[in-house]
Amino acid sequence: MTMFEAILLTVATAATPLLIAALGELVVERSGVLNLGVEGMMVMGAVTGFAVAQYTGSAWLGMFAAILAGAAFSLLFGFLTLTLITNQVATGLALTLLGLGASAMIGESFVGLPGVRMDSLYIQGLTDIPYVGKVLFGQDPIFYISILLTIGVAWFLFRTRAGLTLRAVGDNHTSAHALGVPVVRIRYLAVIFGGACAGLAGAQLSLVYVPQWVENMTSGRGWIALALVVFASWRPWRILAGAYLFGAVTIGQLHAQALGIGVPSQFMSSLPYLATIIVLVLISRNKRLTLMNTPTSLGKPFVPDR
Amino acid sequence: MTGTITKDGSEIPLLEAEKLTKIFGTLKACDGIDLKIGTGEIHALLGENGAGKSTLVKMLFGALQPTSGDIAWKGERFTVTSPAMGRSLGIGMVFQHFSLFDALTAAENIALSLDEKSPLDTIATRAREIGQTYGLPVDPDALVGDLSVGERQRIEIIRCLLQNPDLIILDEPTSVLTPQEADLLFVTLERLRSEGKSILYISHRLEEVRRLCDRATVLRHGKVVGQCDPRTQTAASLARMMVGNDIHVIERLPAEWTDRIPLVEVNGLSQRPRGPFSVALHDISLSINGGEILGIAGVAGNGQGELFEAISGEVLQERPHVVRIRGTDAGRIGISARRRLGAAFVPEERLGHGAVPDMSLTNNLLLSRHSTDRKMFLTGGVLKLVSESSLASAAKRIVTQMDVRKSAENPDASALSGGNLQKFLIGRELDRNPSVIVVNQPTWGVDAGAAAHIRQALVDLARSGSAVIVISQDLDELFEISDRIAAMVHGRLSESVPIEAMTMERVGLMMGGADATAGAA
Repeated sequence: MTMFEAILLTVATAATPLLIAALGELVVERSGVLNLGVEGMMVMGAVTGFAVAQYTGSAWLGMFAAILAGAAFSLLFGFLTLTLITNQVATGLALTLLGLGASAMIGESFVGLPGVRMDSLYIQGLTDIPYVGKVLFGQDPIFYISILLTIGVAWFLFRTRAGLTLRAVGDNHTSAHALGVPVVRIRYLAVIFGGACAGLAGAQLSLVYVPQWVENMTSGRGWIALALVVFASWRPWRILAGAYLFGAVTIGQLHAQALGIGVPSQFMSSLPYLATIIVLVLISRNKRLTLMNTPTSLGKPFVPDR
Repeated sequence: MTGTITKDGSEIPLLEAEKLTKIFGTLKACDGIDLKIGTGEIHALLGENGAGKSTLVKMLFGALQPTSGDIAWKGERFTVTSPAMGRSLGIGMVFQHFSLFDALTAAENIALSLDEKSPLDTIATRAREIGQTYGLPVDPDALVGDLSVGERQRIEIIRCLLQNPDLIILDEPTSVLTPQEADLLFVTLERLRSEGKSILYISHRLEEVRRLCDRATVLRHGKVVGQCDPRTQTAASLARMMVGNDIHVIERLPAEWTDRIPLVEVNGLSQRPRGPFSVALHDISLSINGGEILGIAGVAGNGQGELFEAISGEVLQERPHVVRIRGTDAGRIGISARRRLGAAFVPEERLGHGAVPDMSLTNNLLLSRHSTDRKMFLTGGVLKLVSESSLASAAKRIVTQMDVRKSAENPDASALSGGNLQKFLIGRELDRNPSVIVVNQPTWGVDAGAAAHIRQALVDLARSGSAVIVISQDLDELFEISDRIAAMVHGRLSESVPIEAMTMERVGLMMGGADATAGAA
């Protein structure tokens, strides 16, 4: 395996959880709901995935459990914000705090245990192709899911009737309601999808990235995913680009540190976040682009007529 | 086409509502309403704001459920549980505040309201066909946010026609159109009637109801107060039925043409669009003296909002002399500074722009006048404490002056109906006796009685020596109160024409971009 190939693989592994979580949040926000609880749902997915894999010995079962855990956690958010009409920002923040706390409690006995790693794909012949074989045919299953998910979300949002309805709900929920679109039901489904994605992203962390449990192991990735959605101006392919850019900067700074470049390591570790801020500033300069794509009802509670 | 005939020879109406009642909390929005709509008739639904028209229509369409009462469709009783069911029965609705999605294309907007799952291309083709048949041209691929109000209405109507409805409900369709556009709409409607479709036509405009409609039902305070054939009525008799007494006629003394200095001048105002849905302004100049009212006509979205923002100071100009207020260069000073020069501004959007919805009336009063009336409202010297008592008494004065009807002592702005809030907002500025006032759409969606009150107040202010600029889409209103009328089209302002020389037809042409300068005064 060449150095180049190794870097590509690590970039993909670093980018995948961001990509998946951001795609989920994209769908949620396109429906007009702002769920700031991505970090909390992700970390719940990570601990659930680790625990179930630990007890059953199957990384796959762990992954499905993580998806369910993320979805269940998001359902709590949905119930609070869509049925009880609580403030979405505050509820999302509370969800993150709850997730971090609850996962630390659940995971206490797992700290330091060796985890179950999800097997990477291996196809005789194909995976052995020099340079590209391992990147294309030798990665973990969640990587392939993330790529399929990008295609699927892009297709769903812009090519299907259901996706059109979802965008309409995010653009103007009052009009959508007047047309007889079930606004609240669609938002519930979107929120649950977002939670499932965050759970899957969490599972990637504890089953693929670093197969073990560490308290607060998402370490801010949920927030990066949230920023990526804005960064990508609510478009799936741009999320893919953004996630890989962020992954590349993250891995790049690690390599730079290893090479002993004379820059304080704290600065290097903050590079990915700096890069995100800079790109966000650059993107928001194009007002037309932002306005066209921003879901107009984002974060606004919907209370139907009596 | 004629309706089905029963055994005893009477015709079954297309839609019959019996004793429809809707209660919100303690308010009876609709109280035992009977309504019959025959096949192939244009039926007018008249009433002031808050008379229950919207509630009634929403019940017919399925967006609201009646508290009691029955709806019969083609002789059969139905409970319309959702708009989708209304549509499948054959009831189409064109909303007053368009229920379109700005970020989607015209074809996508249309697709959303169709229950069948046709591909977008098919829908675009059919929309083009229907548009051609009924004289409603639209580009299916255009983004709705970029379209004019007239074009948006066409999309709404096409969307409705694609469902092949038997009954089409139109909620104040002409309030946003030029007279010429309205004429085109009437042709479309008459064509639909000749094809046997029924139309329920909601409007404030009595002249057009008389011209177009076969029957009228008049609502007041949630009850039916009259049914008539509008063609046999006069506009005044219809108005009397709606309001319950005669509508106040604006008293307008002739303007005193003195050669006072102009109070507001705009000199060569040009401005690039500030966002995707904003309009560029091109070389706008105007000048208005004390004592007169300048009316600015135009179809929505031709730069009126941008002009208002430039005069009010929401958007500053690069060169100070572009906007002059009472002889002072004001192009680079903000709203409060312009207010201190004696100017007052009432924006178009009441909630969220003219007033903070979740703040009480007194707080909203303070927000607009904290700077101009700081001596009155702020006490305690440098501490600048808010004097609740003087705020309350000022609010009370405004409420009495403008006849604002409210449910509580000091309610939130959002708790007032549109018309009452507008009376309060205009009263809030008039209470200062401003020497300049700029009002954007003063009576949009305000009922006839309240509108007359607002117009009279503006005329009185002008006659007391102030300069008044009224931006409005309602031409009747402009003709009623203006001394001069100019029109805005594509971000340009025409020369103003004295009211004596102005005709409906001419202003219509000016709004369409023709005759912009010909014969200018």
